This record gives sequence, structure tokens and C-alpha cells, in this order.
Amino acid sequence: MKKVFFTILSTILFALAAFSQERATAFVNARIIPISGPVIEKGVLIVHNGKIISVGDSRTVSLPSGVNSIDATSKVIMPGLVDSHSHIGGAAGADSTGPIQPDIRILDSVNPRASNIQRAQAGGITTVNVMPGSGHLDSGQTLYLKLRDDAVKIDDLLILDKAGNYMGGIKFANGTNSLRSAGGTFPGTRAKSAALVRDQFIKAQEYRDKVSKAAGDKTKLPPRDLAMEALVEVLDGKRMVHFHTHRHDDIMTALRLAKEFGFRIVLQHVSEAWKVADEIAAAKAPSSIIMIDAPGGKLETVDVDFKNGVALERAGGLVGFHTDDGITDSRWFLRSAGLAMRAGMSREKALYGMTMANAIMMDLQDRIGSLEPGKDADFIILSGDPVSVYTRIEQTWVEGKKVFDRSDPRDYIFAVGGKGATDDADSHMDIHCFDSDGGNN
Amino acid sequence: MKNGKRKMDNLLRTRTFPIIILALFAFHFSLLTASAQIAVKGETVWTMAGDPITNGVVLIKGGKIEAVGTTAQVQIPSDYRVISAKVVTPGLIDAHTVIGLNGYLNQPHDQMGLDSGASFQPELRATDAYNAQERLVEWVRGYGVTTIHTGHQPGALASGQTMIAKTWGKNVDEATIVPTAMIAVTLGSGANAQGRSPGTRAKQASMLRSELIKAQENTAKTDPAKDLRSQIMARVIKREIPLLITAEAVQDIMTAIRIAKEFNIRIVLDGVSDGHLVVNEIKASGFPVIVHASMARPGGDRSNISLENASKLREAGIPVALQSGYEGYVPKTRIVLFEAAMAAANGLGQRNAMASITIDAARILGIDGRVGSLVMGKDADVAMYDGDPFEWTTHCTGTIINGRLVSDVKR
Repeated sequence: MKKVFFTILSTILFALAAFSQERATAFVNARIIPISGPVIEKGVLIVHNGKIISVGDSRTVSLPSGVNSIDATSKVIMPGLVDSHSHIGGAAGADSTGPIQPDIRILDSVNPRASNIQRAQAGGITTVNVMPGSGHLDSGQTLYLKLRDDAVKIDDLLILDKAGNYMGGIKFANGTNSLRSAGGTFPGTRAKSAALVRDQFIKAQEYRDKVSKAAGDKTKLPPRDLAMEALVEVLDGKRMVHFHTHRHDDIMTALRLAKEFGFRIVLQHVSEAWKVADEIAAAKAPSSIIMIDAPGGKLETVDVDFKNGVALERAGGLVGFHTDDGITDSRWFLRSAGLAMRAGMSREKALYGMTMANAIMMDLQDRIGSLEPGKDADFIILSGDPVSVYTRIEQTWVEGKKVFDRSDPRDYIFAVGGKGATDDADSHMDIHCFDSDGGNN
Repeated sequence: MKNGKRKMDNLLRTRTFPIIILALFAFHFSLLTASAQIAVKGETVWTMAGDPITNGVVLIKGGKIEAVGTTAQVQIPSDYRVISAKVVTPGLIDAHTVIGLNGYLNQPHDQMGLDSGASFQPELRATDAYNAQERLVEWVRGYGVTTIHTGHQPGALASGQTMIAKTWGKNVDEATIVPTAMIAVTLGSGANAQGRSPGTRAKQASMLRSELIKAQENTAKTDPAKDLRSQIMARVIKREIPLLITAEAVQDIMTAIRIAKEFNIRIVLDGVSDGHLVVNEIKASGFPVIVHASMARPGGDRSNISLENASKLREAGIPVALQSGYEGYVPKTRIVLFEAAMAAANGLGQRNAMASITIDAARILGIDGRVGSLVMGKDADVAMYDGDPFEWTTHCTGTIINGRLVSDVKR
């Protein structure tokens, strides 16, 4: 009898929940940082069916009838954070058999149930670029994910383009991580690294020519080559190159290769960006930077500095931030903006770098990165100033659904840690990109 | 020329010469002391010996704190150099780091925190490896850190000794304030060695017990052995120095406490990620805790790590200090100010968080008679900030060590 009662009750609750999702939700009287425009001191954000339908001043925007109105007085609402370089999901890309493996898809390796995905939600991250490591010149294709809740399989997190294909870029690297003193198929010097990459792009150009000459004639088509297909996408500008690079000369090499082959590039880490900020800006290359507490840890990052943000901003470059999780923890990603401001970056550009700048680097600027009508309802509710250490991320919403709520004890541990906040996948977590001169990861 | 030489000779023969020398010496000395006479004015002065002072001043003379009070109480002599800041705190203390032994390059030649040749080497002295001019020492100094407890890193059953140094000084002798502070002991998966013992937790405990028994027996002898290991272990048995036991998991924390009680030795618990799960047991043991870096990575023995760990231990009345810890890659060091900031925002609160990197750290390290608070007679170690020291966007505007302004770059 009791069981029947609970079944009925839960059915009713489920129906209610489903009904409430049909209704629009308005967050009223919050301080809204839309990124796309000036801060709204007493703002309202209205979301419906996973999209933003209205953002404006609480006193002028009229609420639609039947709207579910939530009082957000004294709260701050800003777009969900976008992390343009992360390793959550415990994924590994290319193996040790060769330095350039464009056929590798990190898609086939990400664990959508890893607890660090939940910790990233607790850190306010709603969209992430999951990358393979940097121990290769090219360690494979990256994957853009929405951190939706209760993912059963990787498909539940994918971002699809208009044609229905999942979106992602490709990871390249130069500098010391991909060097091997033992030689073999891996490069032993920086010049060899560049030569190997050039070789592959020339092959890809030839492959593309063969395909276009065949003009659809199957008898004339070259044999399918997954690696070449991926590089042709790069040559055609369809796939963004996320280029791991630290030292000033390596940064210039990455820019040189991009120019030679005409591919689109995002400079990743860019530890010595402050030394070549003007050159980066002149090349119109976006930079995804990381805030590290101290210089060094490896030879090519001895001059990494919090001032990279302000240097690139002053030069006119596009600057975003990333966690490189587990190098820095997704839970305190917002600290990046604070530390960049400490070194002189403007508040406006620092917060832009947490959101919109990264969206642009992932070709998602029309869908995420700012609070504007028509965009995905990805946003976070904060207890105060985004760059204050005392501010708490209270809620994280992805496509109109709450994926993190600090007041829920099950979510709370993913914000502060404690028993149950870490799973086995994390214990074996590789530290991918920023470390290990000549490592195998 | 000749004339000049004669004049000089005459001068040397006169009785006035010693007076001139004395006068010159006095002039030079006054210059020196003038440079060490500083008045630090702060809108808020966290003395860490009582409530913060609004509109306070710290007078510094001869490397020591001469007076502390409100600007109404303390007269600033006209020949003192006045430095003003929004917030003034005692110089920060990092209760456990490895900088100076482990350098920023992270290459074999500058990583001296761990000799992997043997599992138990308490005789290795930190002072023989400390590089006072290492860039990371300068780096943390720029954020207001003036004292560090540094030394051999976790990663072996006993990796070596630790020391306490100021973050100023050309060489180890100038910097050091306590040459042998503790012995770095690790329990848990980090203590297991490759190809030799220990290979399990129980073996670690057994080996540690064996060494302590050996030391007990040796100390009891009328003519004890004087080899390096016997000498240092005797100091442990005599309770002169504590073991710094890095123990993250519950079973390791409990083993550390158990062994300390068995042998009646002093220990300082270090790391203690699972501390929040055994608060009562730690409290009952009476041992202080140097809690892991707040932002240390989760996983392995640190699977249950919590931002609220320091807060929960402190709330129970356990003496707590914070640390930057050991890092094998990037960041090559953390900044203990930032780690305290995270703890402050996660239950510990501003006051206790500041105490955990100043006076409470000094007490646990046994140097509170000298540093850790702004009171008359202590070393003039001062940090200055242009706002709440814990905010990411605040800058450290200056650092004073032993009465000397050693950093004035806004960081």
C-alpha cells in the first residue's frame, strides 16, 4: 500500500517537474553581467526551453504570464564559464607509436561520469574543450562538451553543429613535451618538430587535391585515410588548431606554420605571451592563457607570468583563460580572472576571457558566452563579485537546467571536497599539458 | 702628492686621529640605523596579538619592532622613514614548503628535496642543500612571506631534516633561524619505495618503530654511538625535535599518533587530508597539524581532501597552520597567502586564516618568541597590502624582513 502511494506521489512530482520546465523562468532583481553589454544592477533574466528569451532591467522588462519568478536579489548572474582547455573526463589521446596522430578522437576516450566533470560544474563551467595531451606534435582531435547533468554516455554531452556533427578542434603542440632524446619517429629538436608538421600538412594538401580531382568518381578517389581527412578539415578551416606552446620562439613557430598552411589557430598556454604580445595580436591569433602560482616547474615556463593577460589586452589580442584541469582545478577557475586583474588586466576583459573569448575560440560565439536572447540558457548564480575569493558559486545552469546547486548536499561536496568527491578516475589522473618535459602522456 | 702624504702621516701621528675615526664610525653607524628606522603606517594593522588596530603604526629600529599602536598612541620620530599601506600584517610564515631545496627549474640539478637511495635518512641536513638565492624564495617574499619552514620533501619514510629560514639573506647562514627544525617522515602510499622496503603501510610502521627502538637503546647507553643518524635520532628520543609526519589518509594519521604515543616523542602532523574524518582523535592526541595546501590536487591518499579541513580542525581547538606544500611540477611552489585565502573563504574566516600563516604557525614551529605577530621586541618582519590580503585582486605592496625593506614591487 505504502509502495503504491509512493509510486503515485513520485509520478505526480515528476509530472509537476515536467510541467515546470515548460514554463519560462525569470530570475529577478539580480546584478547581471551579460558580457555582451554593460552590467545591469537590478536585472532580470528570463529563460525558456533551454534558451535565453530576455535580459534586461527588472523595472522595464515585463514578465510573461505564468512565468516562474525567482527572486535573485543580492545575487550576481553571469554566463556559464567556458574552459578552452581541460582534461576532465580522464581521457587519453594518441599513444606512443608516433608524433602526429590526427586520426585520434578524444571522443572515444572521455568518461562522461568522471567526478571531475561534476567538480567542473561546481566551478561554474558549462562548456569545455576537452583535449588530448601534449606529448605529441599532434595528439588528436579535441571535443567541445556541454556539462549537462546525469550523463550516461558521451553522446549526452556533445555539442552538435547545424549538420548534426559533434564539434571539436585538433590539438597540436611544440616545444619540449613532444621531444624525445631517443629519437625514433619522434622529433629530437624544435626544427625537426616543425619539419614533421610541415610534411604532414603537405601530404594533406596532396590528399585534398586528389579528392577534388576525383570529383566524386569513386574509382579515382584515394584510399580513405582518417588522419588525412582530419588534416584536410584543418586546411579547409573547418577544424580549429589548439596549439600548445610556451616559449616566445615556439609561439612564433606556431604562428608561422598557421600562416604557411592557412589554418585557424588558438594559441594555448602561451606562457611567454608577454614577450611577443604585439606579434600575436598582429597575427590576429587568439590566446588561451593559464594562471599559474609560480614560474618554472619546467624549463620553457620559467617566465610564465600573471601579466600575460594585460600584455595581450594592451596589444589588442583576444584573450581567454583555461584550467588545463588537473593543472589547475576547475572549481576555482574564476580565480584566473582575479589574478589577471591583479597584474593589470581590466575587469571587463578578464570576465570576457572567462566566457565569450573562449566561445569564439571554439566557434560557439553564436550559442554561448554571453547572456543574450536566443543563446543557450547557460549561466551561473553567484553570491557576489565574480573575482572575490569569498564569492560562492551557488548554482550552475546548462540549457535551462540546474546542474549544480550548492545548497544540495550531494552537489556541495563537489564544490568543497570531502568523502565521495573524488572517484577512481581521478586517482589515475594524468597531468597532461603543462608539465613533463618529454613525457609520454 | 708629496705634501698630501706628509699631511696624512702627520694626521696619523696626532692624538685627534682616534677621535676622527670614531666620528666617522658613528656617522656610518647612524646611516645604517637610519635605514633601519622605519615607521609602517596602516589603515588596518593586524598585529595578531589582539584585535586589529585601525590607523595603526609599527615602529622599527635595529631590525626589531620598537613600538606598535594607534597613530595617536605612537609618536613617529622625525628621522624615521614612513611607509604607508592599507593593510599591515606580520610577515607571513609558510609552515611547510620545500623551496630553497627544490628550485624553479625542476631539473635534476636543482631538485634536492629527496635522495632516493635509501628509505630512512634522518641525518640529511637541510642546511647543506638550502639555496638562499633561489628564485622561488624571492617569489614568495614578494607576496609577504618572510619565514619558511623548508627542507626535505615528503616521499620517503624519512627523507631528511627540515630547517627554518627567513626569505632574505645571501646564503644559508644569513637566512637560517633554526638549522634543524624537524625530521621529515612520510606515511602512506607516498612512502613506499621501488625495489626495496617499505612496500606497505604496515612495513613503514615497522621500520619506523625499529629505528625508534634503536635510538631509544642507544640513548640509554652510557657511551652512545655518535654517528650522524644516532645523534639526530637521540634528539628525537629526548623530545628536542619533533618528527614532521606527512600522513594524509585516516590509517596513516592514526599510525602516526599511535607510534608517537608508544615512544613518547613529539610529532607535528602534516598534510592530514582525512583530518576532518578523525577530528576527535587528533584533538585527543594533542598534536598540532600543518594542514595541506587548500588547493592541493585531490586523488590517491588525498581522495577525501576538503577545503573545509583547516576550518573543522581549528574549530575543534586543534592548533592549525597552513602550508604551500610540495609540488612536483607546476606550480613549482604555491603561495601560502593564496592557500590561506581559500581556507578563509571556506569556513576558517579571515582572522583564523591569518593566524594560520602567522602566529599559530610560529607557535607550532616554536619560533613565536621571535616572529608571527607585531609586538615590541620581535623581529621586524612586516607585510603590506593595498586591500584585504586574501582577495585575488589585492597587491602585496611591500615586505620588510629584520627591519629592512626587501621588496617594494607591487605583486
